[in-house]
Amino acid sequence: MLFVLVLAFDTATPAVTAALHDGTRVLAESTTVDARRHGELLAPAIESVLTEAGASLREVTAVVAGAGPGPYTGLRVGLMTARALGSTLGIPAYGVCTLDALAYATGSSEPFVVVTDARRKELFWARYGDARTRLDGPRVARPHDVPGGLPIVGIRLYEEIIGAVTGPEHPSAGALAGLAAEQLAGLTPEQAAAAAGLPEGRIDSEEAAQGRAVLGPPAPIYLRRPDAQIPGAPKKVTA
Amino acid sequence: MADQPIVLGIETSCDETGIGIVRGHTLLADTIASSMEEHARFGGVVPEVASRAHLDAMIPTVESALAKAGLRVTDIDAIAVTAGPGLAGALLVGVAAAKAYALGLGVPLYGVNHLAAHVAVDQLEHGPLPKPCLAMLVSGGHSSLLLVPDVAKEVISLGSTVDDAAGEAFDKVARVLGLPFPGGPHIDRAARDGSGTAIAFPRGKADDGTLDFSFSGLKTAVARYVEKNGGSLSLPDVAASFQEAVVDVLTRKALAACAKHDVHDLLIGGGVAANSRLRALAQERCDAAGVRLRVPRPGLCTDNGAMVAALGANLLEAGVAPSQLTIPADSSLPITTIHV
Ligand SMILES: [Zn+2]
Repeated sequence: MLFVLVLAFDTATPAVTAALHDGTRVLAESTTVDARRHGELLAPAIESVLTEAGASLREVTAVVAGAGPGPYTGLRVGLMTARALGSTLGIPAYGVCTLDALAYATGSSEPFVVVTDARRKELFWARYGDARTRLDGPRVARPHDVPGGLPIVGIRLYEEIIGAVTGPEHPSAGALAGLAAEQLAGLTPEQAAAAAGLPEGRIDSEEAAQGRAVLGPPAPIYLRRPDAQIPGAPKKVTA
Repeated sequence: MADQPIVLGIETSCDETGIGIVRGHTLLADTIASSMEEHARFGGVVPEVASRAHLDAMIPTVESALAKAGLRVTDIDAIAVTAGPGLAGALLVGVAAAKAYALGLGVPLYGVNHLAAHVAVDQLEHGPLPKPCLAMLVSGGHSSLLLVPDVAKEVISLGSTVDDAAGEAFDKVARVLGLPFPGGPHIDRAARDGSGTAIAFPRGKADDGTLDFSFSGLKTAVARYVEKNGGSLSLPDVAASFQEAVVDVLTRKALAACAKHDVHDLLIGGGVAANSRLRALAQERCDAAGVRLRVPRPGLCTDNGAMVAALGANLLEAGVAPSQLTIPADSSLPITTIHV
């Protein structure tokens, strides 16, 4: 069996989470909930899971970042880190929808909906057939417009409108790494490269296309356009 | 010289993704991706648009800088990055990239002050900085007079704008005159056919004895003049007279600072340093006062990665301890904090 060491992290929600996975199990995981300090917490969290697992960055075979959707400033920290690490270490970097990792962590075999905080009185949501199968979303919507009639997993917000929310509140990098490792195990190196958006990649089977649906390039899922009005006040903050 | 450390500098404080590579104080590469075109229709930089562009431009810009320098990423000995001041979300992308590069390569990280980097960049063109020297930084975001005993160790703020930055005044006046954003180059061009003495615009704080600036009153005076003389005004004269008022105050204050602190070297940096009239008048007044003037070429005056790499090289040279991986991006980092 190929040596696998997946470094995964997610900064798309108030949680900053990082984990190391050897293809079979989570070797180390770190999670801190602090919505304002993603940029300060992520790199030290990566260092700490490596230290705890007794591993070096040089041994990592793939890096995976939660691709959101998420409030943008924090989201970009994880994706920028994944791209720069992938480029520096010469390994593929992937993005996985943050809601997919939350869904995977439930282990559920029944349909459900995942929600995370989109701020501005809105939620990000996606609907799943089971823990591994996204059927709809991700989308951004007001709480009233989140689909009803299904169990809801994720952030405890607007429960008076959407109903009781259960399961993990924040994504776990352990689940993210586990999901990615599971998908990677089913792909040839060419298929895995294709999923990361690398030029040497090739997709040639249905399973690979399915794996690719979960694993993509480390690109942000914003779901909203930048706020900007024409003409805005001229403002340049730096010298 | 071959044994001097190779520093990669990352700048993302506003709309420019700048990557510079230096070996000691020799410039090896200076690559820039700008999102200015995406902002122009908004009449100013939109922070979220800038941040999105930084994320996408970072890796290609680093790769192109490495290719220009003929280096592999593993040849880099240290990473320097703008930690502030600037747009918070934009800074954060650069700082995240810098930490990942430092972590991935196992090299030291230096989070540096954007303004001090504007001073340090001149070494790449004109050699070591005199100690002390006086620096005037003028751009869309800042108008600062700094006393610089040692750019790696001590920078003292002598004065700054109390309202608009010099470059901001150029942008606002350009809009009043119907010229595109960013306004500086357009006003400079229009002013060439006009007279700087045609209209007597006010010189805010020019003779108040401080080393602070004010451009808000000037901007309002121009707007009023244009309102009053709408049909009959000469655009070149308004541009030239406005520009003259700005550069008159800037150079007067800069020379006054040199005299007050007995400094004989003046450095001008920031985007407005590309203004041709500022360069000419500064040279004239420095010559008269026996002050040596240093102005980097325009490409090094505007925001770039080379300036960040240059300051990183100074910090390495001075034996300053590297930054921790916990450093924040600080949108209002004070100039007295050269590195974090
Ligand atoms: Zn600047």
